[in-house]
Amino acid sequence: MPTRRAITTTALAALIASAVAIALSFVIHWFPVEASTQAKNTDRLYHVLVVASVPIFMLVVTVVLFSVWQFRMRPGEELKDGPPIHGNTRLEVFWTAIPAMILLGLVSYSFVVLHENERKPPGVPEIQIGVTGQQFFWSYEYPSSVTGGAPLKSYQLYLPEGDTVYFNMQSKDVIHAFWIPAFRLQEDVVPGITTHYRATPNRLGTYPVVCNLLCGSGHSLMRSAVHVVPPAQFRAWLTSQERSGSTVATASATPPGGAGAPGAIAGAAAG
Amino acid sequence: MATTVQAPGPARPGSAQSPFGDRRTSLGAKLRAPGFYRAAWMMVLGVAFAFALTWLVRMTTGHTTFHHFIDGEAVLTVALIAAPLMFLVGIGGFDYWFYWAVGRPTRPEDHSGHGAYTWKDYFRINTDHKVIGIQYTVTSFFFLLVGGLIAMLMRAELAQPGAQFIDANTYNSLFSVHASILIFFFIIPVFAGFGNFVIPIMIGAPDMAFPRLNALSYWLLPVGGLIMLSSFLAPGGAFADGWTAYAPLSTDMPVGQVFFSLGVQFAGASSIMTALNFLVTIITMRAPGMSFFRMPLLVWANFATSLLVVIATPFIAASQFFVLLDRSLGFNFFNAGAGGDVLMYQHVFWFYSHPAVYIMMLPGFGIISEIIAVKSRKPIFGYRMMAFSLLAIVVLGFTVWAHHMFTSGMSNWIRYPMAITTCIIAVPTGIKIFSWLATLWRGVLHLDTPMLFTLAFLVTFTIGGISGVALAMLPADIDLSSSYFIVAHIHYVLFGGSLMTIFAGVYYWFPKMTGRMYDERLGKWHFWSTFVFFNLTFMPMHFLGLEGMPRRVATYSTQFADTNLFISIASWLLGLSTLIFLYNMITSWRGGPRAVANPWRGMTLEWQVSSPPPVFNFDRVPTVVGGPYEYGVPGAVHGILGPAPAGAAAGAPPGVRLSRSE
Repeated sequence: MPTRRAITTTALAALIASAVAIALSFVIHWFPVEASTQAKNTDRLYHVLVVASVPIFMLVVTVVLFSVWQFRMRPGEELKDGPPIHGNTRLEVFWTAIPAMILLGLVSYSFVVLHENERKPPGVPEIQIGVTGQQFFWSYEYPSSVTGGAPLKSYQLYLPEGDTVYFNMQSKDVIHAFWIPAFRLQEDVVPGITTHYRATPNRLGTYPVVCNLLCGSGHSLMRSAVHVVPPAQFRAWLTSQERSGSTVATASATPPGGAGAPGAIAGAAAG
Repeated sequence: MATTVQAPGPARPGSAQSPFGDRRTSLGAKLRAPGFYRAAWMMVLGVAFAFALTWLVRMTTGHTTFHHFIDGEAVLTVALIAAPLMFLVGIGGFDYWFYWAVGRPTRPEDHSGHGAYTWKDYFRINTDHKVIGIQYTVTSFFFLLVGGLIAMLMRAELAQPGAQFIDANTYNSLFSVHASILIFFFIIPVFAGFGNFVIPIMIGAPDMAFPRLNALSYWLLPVGGLIMLSSFLAPGGAFADGWTAYAPLSTDMPVGQVFFSLGVQFAGASSIMTALNFLVTIITMRAPGMSFFRMPLLVWANFATSLLVVIATPFIAASQFFVLLDRSLGFNFFNAGAGGDVLMYQHVFWFYSHPAVYIMMLPGFGIISEIIAVKSRKPIFGYRMMAFSLLAIVVLGFTVWAHHMFTSGMSNWIRYPMAITTCIIAVPTGIKIFSWLATLWRGVLHLDTPMLFTLAFLVTFTIGGISGVALAMLPADIDLSSSYFIVAHIHYVLFGGSLMTIFAGVYYWFPKMTGRMYDERLGKWHFWSTFVFFNLTFMPMHFLGLEGMPRRVATYSTQFADTNLFISIASWLLGLSTLIFLYNMITSWRGGPRAVANPWRGMTLEWQVSSPPPVFNFDRVPTVVGGPYEYGVPGAVHGILGPAPAGAAAGAPPGVRLSRSE
């Protein structure tokens, strides 16, 4: 096959394969539900990454397969050598500069998405919730600014839909990571410092909360759940918790979602 | 060193040097001579020293009752340093330097110990780079099998959600030892094994620059590996905090953690010694005419890797000494309650462990370059850019470490420069992939086993590279960090990348290293089963991570059950495919057809000598007269075995300064 036709054939094959793969990537359901505005932004970034990556992968695969098909040694060519091509400066500059530009473009876009995800959204009320990680369960603290009365400590995480929540996270022992896949957000929970992130839940439901940094023998069972509820229901829940007496002073019940509770995982999964 | 090319020294001394002794020699002589007998009683001495030292220190530091003078963990910690060192002394690793230090006459290296004549010769201190190369490679593959078996156990536990047959703590130990063994005692040293065997021959040298250091660096390897494996015997179980050993989990671990902290020291010392040896060998011992830009790319790759090793490895040594001092002596480096800084551990650890990714990849790049040129019958496309991109990776490799810490709680601003450098480092890697593809183009492809693994590498490593770029994007990493997506990514890089190149390299140099040919049909079966089951095992893990499954868990949410069962089955089949490889290697080494000197018609120097090479590699110092990959150039020669013919060296040798053509 003449060189020019070989190049055209390969490029065409890579193009078609990329188009099919990109189309598929939009059809297949890859991700868990998007339950926060941040999740929507991050998923958009994922789609951009897929669109940018697939053609590069398909190019590599197509060239390999085409070479195997067209340039493999045939019987009688055992002693034949290929043409002594040592390089091509223009081509080498091209495949240095173009990927560099694509990569810098992608990383710039990722900074934009990061900024969107981390800034305080204007015009949305923000509440602060304390998160404490310890081997092997999570507990949450709703300060006076949220409860309107005494601060409330609970092993359950309820969030009002539409409000922005700012987590202040601390660890009592080793490092944990507070991951909410449905929000596409996580941050390590580190002894000695307080870490933070901001989420804006926008979809009602119950979603898994996962410890995502190895923290010891109970790590795989260190699960909890986040309940995103309408604001009125959130207030009602706070009141019921206060009435049932599970405030900071009296809280002593075993964590419902803590270590070893098989229901925690099943319950979280059901969300 | 070049002067050592001469007739072999005095006749081989009797088997007094054999570690198993000789039935005719007295027991006293056996106990005094370097070998396993001397190592055994010296290790006992080491343990006694550990008892004595800790007893003394505890007595003088206010432990009032006699009962408290002996502390199991303290004795074990000191013994884990003293006993292995005494083993190395006993086996003879330090003999020359001790003789020199005390002023006794040293035995100059007469190379009488070169070569291996029976299998027993592989079990003693041997200064021959070819023997050491095989020692390194075979030892590393032993650890591959151990690490692989551990992985199959892990997949058995993960076949279904809930506890199957091991408890969570044992599971945590399994994946920790799996990663530690395969990183520190398989991938890193197996490349040192290839390098040891091939590089001196490739550059036309009779041996490495420091043969005694070379022997010592090898023996550190099984010692360190056995320390790590024996942590399963420790009270409280093996270390169970991953190969990353994040503090303060690692400072709270049972005593098994000490086996990791110290095993890493032995592996690290071994790496540094070998890297120094490679650097000096490559810089000072190249044959006449072997300029840097006539070196094969495997030599370039090991040069670049050795720079990384020498600069980076002390950092992991430091990080593990910090953990050890925290545990044993209450230094509180990482005790937040006492002013310690938990994040500091991660910075020091990753300052080594990110460059370590390139330590585990660059030699593989070198192997791919060798194979792809020979098997495509074409010069490497853009040779100089291939060499420069290696150096670019070395420099950039030190600027990206905190991308492992995007969600660690470190200062927010650090994420931006690290994300940018992480993207930029993909550019030289991309240059290499594209140059290999261009080398394939219009070649005459010999699709045998080494080439199949090479082509598979191009595909699977590209997937690992692309997922790596995706993880450089901050919002993506903030979601996926520590998830199964990471497990998929790292295995596409280290299995789909490094291990594919290792298999390619084993098949490619098998004839040279053993003097036998492997079975091509079995090689192809091994290839196809590895390629298919590798992808079936690790591809679905990407989706598990995206859907929210965390890594390093012994059990998981029921929604992931089907995918995990599928992965487990695929992983067992992947493990079984290794049996084909083992059978092929063992039977071919024992009884395969004799290999000719140059079965692949390669131009680099190792193919110009017999298979296996003679004891001193070359009868006469070779002269290099052209580039290493001048395939298709009429009459081109890379090296000639002997001095250059008059006139040839002065004029432009054929195939060096060719104009670049389309």
